[in-house]
Amino acid sequence: MTEFLQQVVAGLASGSIYALLALGIVIVYRSTGVVNFAQGEMATFTTFIAWTLVDHGLSYWGAFGLTLVIAFVGGIALERVIVRPVEGRPPINGVILTIGLFILLGGLSNWIWKAEVRSFPPSRPFPTSAWDLGGVAVSKQDAGILAVTLLLMALLWLLFRYTKLGLALRASALNPVASRLVGIRVGWMLGLGWGLAAAIGAVAGLFTAAASPPLDPNMMRPVLIYAFAAAVVGGLESPVGAVVGGLVIGVVLNLISTYDTHLHLDLDPVRLPIALALILIVLLARPSGLFGRQVVRRV
Amino acid sequence: MSRLAAARALAAVLAFAASVAFILIAPHWDKVGDIKGAQMGTYFIAIVGLNIVTGYTGQISLAQGAFMAVGGYTTAFLVAHGVRDLWTIPVAALVAGVFGFLLGIPALRLSGLYLALVTFGLAVAMPDLIAWDKLSSLTQGGQSIQLFGSKHLLGQGFNDVTVLGHTMSFNRAVYYLTWTIALVLFALAWLLLRGAPGRAFRAVRDSEIAAASSGVNIAGYKTVAFAIGAAYAGVAGSLLVIAVAFADPQSFPAKLSLTILVGAVIAGLGSMWGVLLGAAFVEFLPVASVHISKAQGVPDAIYGAALILLVLLLPAGIAGLLKRAASAITTSLYTRP
Amino acid sequence: MAPLLELDEVRARYGPLEALHGVTLTVAEGEAVAVLGGNGAGKTTMLRAISGLVSASGEIRLGGERLARAPERVARAGIAHVPEGRGIFAELSVHENLRLGAYLDRRGFSESYERVCGHFPWLDRRRAQQAGTLSGGEQQMLAIARALMSRPRLLLLDEPSLGLAPIVVREIFRILGDLNEQEGLAILVVEQNAKLALRSSSRAYVLEVGRVALEGPSSELAEDESVRKSYLGY
Repeated sequence: MTEFLQQVVAGLASGSIYALLALGIVIVYRSTGVVNFAQGEMATFTTFIAWTLVDHGLSYWGAFGLTLVIAFVGGIALERVIVRPVEGRPPINGVILTIGLFILLGGLSNWIWKAEVRSFPPSRPFPTSAWDLGGVAVSKQDAGILAVTLLLMALLWLLFRYTKLGLALRASALNPVASRLVGIRVGWMLGLGWGLAAAIGAVAGLFTAAASPPLDPNMMRPVLIYAFAAAVVGGLESPVGAVVGGLVIGVVLNLISTYDTHLHLDLDPVRLPIALALILIVLLARPSGLFGRQVVRRV
Repeated sequence: MSRLAAARALAAVLAFAASVAFILIAPHWDKVGDIKGAQMGTYFIAIVGLNIVTGYTGQISLAQGAFMAVGGYTTAFLVAHGVRDLWTIPVAALVAGVFGFLLGIPALRLSGLYLALVTFGLAVAMPDLIAWDKLSSLTQGGQSIQLFGSKHLLGQGFNDVTVLGHTMSFNRAVYYLTWTIALVLFALAWLLLRGAPGRAFRAVRDSEIAAASSGVNIAGYKTVAFAIGAAYAGVAGSLLVIAVAFADPQSFPAKLSLTILVGAVIAGLGSMWGVLLGAAFVEFLPVASVHISKAQGVPDAIYGAALILLVLLLPAGIAGLLKRAASAITTSLYTRP
Repeated sequence: MAPLLELDEVRARYGPLEALHGVTLTVAEGEAVAVLGGNGAGKTTMLRAISGLVSASGEIRLGGERLARAPERVARAGIAHVPEGRGIFAELSVHENLRLGAYLDRRGFSESYERVCGHFPWLDRRRAQQAGTLSGGEQQMLAIARALMSRPRLLLLDEPSLGLAPIVVREIFRILGDLNEQEGLAILVVEQNAKLALRSSSRAYVLEVGRVALEGPSSELAEDESVRKSYLGY
């Protein structure tokens, strides 16, 4: 039983990372209507930037903070320059554009930092020891990741629900024309959506590097698929769904890994196909995702 | 026939003749060669198939590489069990087509981006599925299936082949085989798309509601489109396996599906004319990028940047550019001032 | 009365198609002006040109100064536009719609809210309701309320009566009349319902094919032969 609980907690931690990336995907989709295939590579790129900052002497948390700012600004720039032109166009344009961005960033990461695998952080964000809660060993790192993730979610929720800016962000996504008539600078709002998503992605990348060192350029590839699964299962427009989806997928996959050999299921090597099957099953039952709005098409 | 239609027909014939000429010359040009040329041919076939699914019926599919894997592994399995390689090609098409039809059914429920994500997931998951122990009786799991030296393979993989009295290297034979099949399949697709099915496909893409109220069986056309697209991919995968004489899970990575989609977009979705250029682009841009800089990661960076620029500047792909150029020429020639 | 809004030979196009061929029009401070015309006359285009939603050439002045050409800046200058189809945020609540109306107003939200609820008392009772679930008439009233939240100098209304039952339309125009008379709000209303529009305004223009065909005091236009035949039906 304690083993089970431990694995659930560990699963929640890895699930937090999927949830963060999924949240970024949902924010981008809601504000600009684009599914960002490059969300993972953006996270990797910014994590490498963080590594460089630490390498030049900055403290871990200092680099963390600065990286978030850089990611935020970078996200805004990307939206204004590259993504804006495809926002009204059919979805295939956004798909190819973000795939191109995916490949470009992967290439840039490789070129700038070479494909050497590095240890990051040399300084760790959270201590590697563990607490003992009634016999269950909870790693401080897992707890830390989970805590920061939940804190971020709460902050975002407050932003969107209670602030004027959050309302403007939501309005711009829902009805850009009416938003402009009310005085909202919709262009900036769209950029802000990408900026936020990039910053959230940066956190996901930094935690991935901390959770499974060493820092490797391909580290976000599987995470992206699990994040897509979480976002889709939750319904591409639902931040809550993305978070719940991410946590659930994290726990389920971790439990599979743990009990696979015991139960001779041999499911561990096919975690990705399982994620895919999950997406398919949920979408077949509810084509707009579990938490998504049912889109009624009025003829 | 009006002068404009005659001019268009002439342009079409010339383009076709030029393409055939290019194909005959290409292997002798050392920048291309048999191997890259044959690979370009397999991309060509897969792109034509994807164009039917995504360009003509508007269903975004990122799974073309996965269907190539199905076709490729069908061929590998059959050849390893004693079937002559050429006969496996239609079987691969059939098997892949059935899988395509099966995927097409749930695809009916999914719209645009959701379908893109599901098919992307399939493309990413395929190598893991192939490598799965539980399927190893079919796929040999993580091991590759070696066909080199098999007597069921054209030329056994390394010997010279004699066709119609000409003796040529194995690679050259594969090149001609691939492109002959490619041209035949292209012609078939073109005929299909020119006629009523083509119009039905386009009706489905442009407005499902209007198509349904005109009596078009939407579900039928969409699933059949998926099946046809997958069958084409199956042929492509099969030829790929024959060309390299082995198959392993990494032969059909996720990147392949992306490559085919990119080729189709560059060619110009919903139009057949740019396909040759689309195939050439995805085959040779990575090669050309390496010439610019051998530094690690730069070819990818160039490829990615080129894609982004293409979407921003040429949303209708090369076919769109060709159409605009062609209409500009024909308009200036045939419009009286 | 000083002119508030002035349009001078304004032309607007959608791509290669010119929809306005030089419209000249004024609205004075505190004036209610109606714009009539059939479908395709350019009435909606004219309002969109004022708001900066469509690009236009010619002079548009507000309070004597050149008006900015972007919707956000037009809103900032004090023009509130209730577009065709109401332009409310259907997925948001009534209250959130009103908050958005006051987006540009830093202080005074509660004051504006009280004033607006004075005209539409039911808004406060239904503040949590999703705007898309309101009836057509309620949505129109919400749209007007939202426009009023920014305390505009000029209210632009595009076909407020569209798709609404006559009794609802009368109520809406009554409220608009109150706003104009009691608060001195200048109103430019585009309407197909010519009778109501002429009764609720002091001056009116008739647009045809992108140009001003007729203009004058509303009472005179209501008696005019051609107007009566084309737009009033008798």
